[in-house]
Amino acid sequence: MNALASSSPDSARRSPAEIALIAAAYAIVGLMLVLPPVLVFTEALRSGLGAALASITDPDALSAIKLTLEMTVAAVVINTSFGVLAGWLLAKYRFPGRGVLVALIEIPISVSPVVAGLVWLLLFGTQGWWGEALNRVGITIAFATPGILLATLFVTFPFVTRTLLPLMEQQGRDAEEAATLLGASFWRILWGVTLPEARWALLSGVLLTTARAMGEFGAVSVVSGHIPGLTETMPLHIETLYNGYQSVAAFSMAALLAIMATATVGMRSLFEARIRREEPRKAETAGGGA
Amino acid sequence: MTSSSPLTLTRRTLFGAAAACAALAAIGRGHKASAAQALLNVSYDPTRELYADINHAFAAKWASTHGGSALAVRTSNGGSGAQARSVLEGAPADVVTLGLAYDVDMLAAHGLLPTNWQTRLPHNSTPFTSTIVFLTRKGNPKGIHGWADLVRDGVQVVTPNPKTSGGARWNYLAAWGWALRQPGGTEDTARAYLKSLFAHVPVLDAGARGATNSFVQRGLGDVLLAWEDEALLAARDLGPDKFDIVVPDLTILAEPPVALVDKNVDAHGTREAAQAYLEFLYTPEAQKIGAKHYFRPVDPTVAAESASIFPAVKTFDIASLGGWTAVQKKHFASGGVFDQIYSK
Repeated sequence: MNALASSSPDSARRSPAEIALIAAAYAIVGLMLVLPPVLVFTEALRSGLGAALASITDPDALSAIKLTLEMTVAAVVINTSFGVLAGWLLAKYRFPGRGVLVALIEIPISVSPVVAGLVWLLLFGTQGWWGEALNRVGITIAFATPGILLATLFVTFPFVTRTLLPLMEQQGRDAEEAATLLGASFWRILWGVTLPEARWALLSGVLLTTARAMGEFGAVSVVSGHIPGLTETMPLHIETLYNGYQSVAAFSMAALLAIMATATVGMRSLFEARIRREEPRKAETAGGGA
Repeated sequence: MTSSSPLTLTRRTLFGAAAACAALAAIGRGHKASAAQALLNVSYDPTRELYADINHAFAAKWASTHGGSALAVRTSNGGSGAQARSVLEGAPADVVTLGLAYDVDMLAAHGLLPTNWQTRLPHNSTPFTSTIVFLTRKGNPKGIHGWADLVRDGVQVVTPNPKTSGGARWNYLAAWGWALRQPGGTEDTARAYLKSLFAHVPVLDAGARGATNSFVQRGLGDVLLAWEDEALLAARDLGPDKFDIVVPDLTILAEPPVALVDKNVDAHGTREAAQAYLEFLYTPEAQKIGAKHYFRPVDPTVAAESASIFPAVKTFDIASLGGWTAVQKKHFASGGVFDQIYSK
């Protein structure tokens, strides 16, 4: 559909309304999406590249970068494992309550991250349901790394499932049934049959999870305690620096985060293009098979 | 056959996820244990620069008296009320240095420290005092000289949210106390004044530093009600050519207290270091650092030496308004005077 529209060869005769619309689209994208990162980089480099780099190698900054990477890797590993299994279950099987599960998995997208953070405090804060009891046995969740991880897991929960589910549904279960009849084990079917088919969608979901995990502020802010050098992720450290009138350091960190996120999203766009190219082929094979 | 496998699968998934969580909890524990020789000072908003210097000086002093052993002091900053709330919910503060005594009282009420905490250190456990002043644009274009000028037409006032910010509560109470002390002043006239004042407030930031940023960096409003240290920092260090300080004829004596969080220091084994840290705040060395960052020293000698830094002010104290417990209940509790004047 998209491909058709963009390749239609009527560029020679555009109506004024069409031209105005395209110009407006460019202006809005420029103002809303291009200008902010440009400003971030301008502010970061205000005192030169040396100052920007020096601010990023400050111990608290390094600690924030390290924590962000740790949390991102952990969130991606856990949520990818869960997302693959959940996507597989929801796509290939029909069972009572399936619709409810699909809806529930989407909750983190609609719930405000602040609420997501507060929920963990309600459970694991010392005034919360389980916090005091866990504290007594020496386990600290809130205002420490596990709380930050939980908050990150929550907000990135749906992405892998959401990107996998439509594709897996479209694939049907013929191949898996054939593999089962041939005696393949569950894990072999998953690794050998289902996932290779869905690999680009899976990568896209993983990258979406990565971008969101790196950038999450609200939920993490609630459970972090904002301790520089200990529980501050990159987004939180940016706020701390900005509030400490350290503009160059704040925007340098923001620029680094922007580069990391852009790289992630750029990779994702490549994979999306790959998926789109593969889909027609698959449709053909499916059509031929039927 | 196929329909039974997803069930075993989910059970396995759950088990795996639980194991992963347990492993991460263990990592979290490991982190904390290895950070034993560290103190956490959970502080209010405008003390960022102050405690950055004090932490540094204290670490050096600690190393020199403890055979060179390193002690990392970290400070977390935010709105006083919000920070107290974090400590209550489990933020591992060894000491709190908050914007007002009520926030520490709240922690004491939940058993984190004894209720007589304010008697354990000199000067009501307050090593530095401050007050509330106005910061205006350079040349004071709106001609703001006192509290009455804040409610004139066309004047926008920036102050943070008293529900979350200690500084904002001091701002509010300074205005309240001034209004009460005007000729013919009663609670009704003070209420009317505050209602009119908050009608001039375009945004309520969560903390004092957020409000200063709104005024200084984002150019919002005509006058900032601020901690004196925040205002002097902005007027002298951030933009000497951009801002003027206006000292109203009457304002409040702000006493931001410090306290040891007994429950946490005992859990962390940091009582000795935390106590030394708080006592260090009263030494001439730390008092001078305070004066440098525009916090009024309580040490008479240092106060005399640094008198030229601070403008002369006429103040009333919180006790004259009935003390924090009464003030909190009357003004800032849900449905209190602030809610009444701000919602109507």
